[in-house]
Amino acid sequence: MSGFVRRCIGVILVLLGVMVLIFVILRIIPGNPAAVLLNDHVNKETIERLTASMNLDKPLPEQFFLYLAGVLKGDFGQSYYMKRPVLDLVLEAFPYTVKLTVFSALFAWIFGIGIGVISAVHHDRLPDYLFRGVSLLGVSVPVFMVALVLQYLFYFKFSLLPLVYDGSAVSMILPAIALGWNSAGSVARLTRSGLMEQFNEAYLDTARAKGLTARQAILTHGLKNAMVPVITMLALQLSGMLSGAVITESVFGIAGIGKLALSAVETRDMPLLQGTVLFSALIISVGNIISDLINRCLDPRLRV
Amino acid sequence: MVKSFFQNKVAVISVAVIVIIGLMAVFAPFLTPYDAQRQDLVARLKAPGAEHLLGTDELGRDVFARMLYGARVSLLIAVIPTALAVFLGTILGIASAYYGKVADLIIMWFADVTLAFPGMLLAMAIMYSFGGSFLSVIISIIIMEWGSIARIVRSVTMSITENEYIQAARTMGVRKIVIVIKHILPNLVPTLIVLFTLNIPSSILSESALSFLGIGIQPPEVSLGLMINQSKALIFQKPWLALAPSLMIMILVLAFNYLGDALRDILDPKTKY
Repeated sequence: MSGFVRRCIGVILVLLGVMVLIFVILRIIPGNPAAVLLNDHVNKETIERLTASMNLDKPLPEQFFLYLAGVLKGDFGQSYYMKRPVLDLVLEAFPYTVKLTVFSALFAWIFGIGIGVISAVHHDRLPDYLFRGVSLLGVSVPVFMVALVLQYLFYFKFSLLPLVYDGSAVSMILPAIALGWNSAGSVARLTRSGLMEQFNEAYLDTARAKGLTARQAILTHGLKNAMVPVITMLALQLSGMLSGAVITESVFGIAGIGKLALSAVETRDMPLLQGTVLFSALIISVGNIISDLINRCLDPRLRV
Repeated sequence: MVKSFFQNKVAVISVAVIVIIGLMAVFAPFLTPYDAQRQDLVARLKAPGAEHLLGTDELGRDVFARMLYGARVSLLIAVIPTALAVFLGTILGIASAYYGKVADLIIMWFADVTLAFPGMLLAMAIMYSFGGSFLSVIISIIIMEWGSIARIVRSVTMSITENEYIQAARTMGVRKIVIVIKHILPNLVPTLIVLFTLNIPSSILSESALSFLGIGIQPPEVSLGLMINQSKALIFQKPWLALAPSLMIMILVLAFNYLGDALRDILDPKTKY
């Protein structure tokens, strides 16, 4: 278990670095955000008062420690544009992003693992070639193209599904497919190669000797071992999914983290952008720890 | 090695596709009489036809011409930031593997930090500070990609340094930098070629996504992602406006993905990443 503790300390150090990096990037260009916010007509004292209230008059290192202290207390600052605590805005948006990523991950798993297994079982025959082509196509299509094609087909041509997200479960189908498409491709590719590596393992012979059919042996014992790298990759894909969520949420009008971050860039709302980026990095770090734990359960060799 | 390259049909076809698109992008002025910027308000939103191969957009600009000039941007984004990220990742990866525990800890910590961000959100922070432009897109792609490259270079370098001839060289007193240049770098070349090719698709996709969101490359510059962004409002009535640049992105990404896979089979059959 000490390996796990060391890993958690590593994650905390990384998160500290994340905070420093985002803090520096957003302040690298000189200029007073308070002045930008209030525009030129306001008199000097007002600008100075706001500058002081935002701690912008203090030296950068001091600003950073004030921000760090705030974050540890759960205070991510105040949004310039929306005039509300950043944490509230992020927590309001978060459930939408969670819903979107969960549904698209489900899509990616079901289709990716299914296609991967069919490909591996029929390797180097027609279904395999077909599905390998499809999955490489899956990883090569930009997210926004999938989204726009889905909207075109299912809303405009066949009017089966709503154009944008309106809170109903039906309207989540297209966004989930759009975002899960890329991951489904890579899950399929990894499942296929992972499963094929298991084909020559001795434990499959043992399973056969116990009376399982080849298919049963592969699907129960082989698949479990093939899933270890797939789960590791799913945690890595969380990062890609949050990136893709920015696009999916903007195309389908979902009020999630990505859309919040995009509007923060557009309205030059620095605290809000800082908060959303920091929050998403936090999610990814937590995701990595969880995938580590799942892998330890699946593969006893990793527990040493 | 060259022979096995030409025997690999996938590799040859994908190189051919990339070269053809590259030539079309370079010689765009000779392939189309139209300028990517020039507006012709009389010929707005023409459907694809003999006069305008892929039709015209809402300002009467020729879509085929814009697609060729957009492909220029995509190919430049494919090569420049990816090469710089591989360069940076190689130097830091070797340093991490070969220049002591402290360097290793610091460099890998920094790699972990940049990898902890969702790439698109980190890029958005950079766009916030530097504004949407070709240069800031390049900077954000380098920051997004160098970390994973450095990690892989580090682990490959570590396995190279375990070879006996390198230990022999060290016992003979050869300086570290000489060992790196004469023994480690040549052995890294296959890995680096594969890493370069396989990172190109993500560079192209990042640029097009940022431009699609309207925070990457800004008008009046042309970019494939930006073309799709500009045609969003007309997507159902005039689908070809978005379809042409989308297909261009897809073909480029697909070709580089296939090439990367094939090169990995040819150069580096043992490793998987």
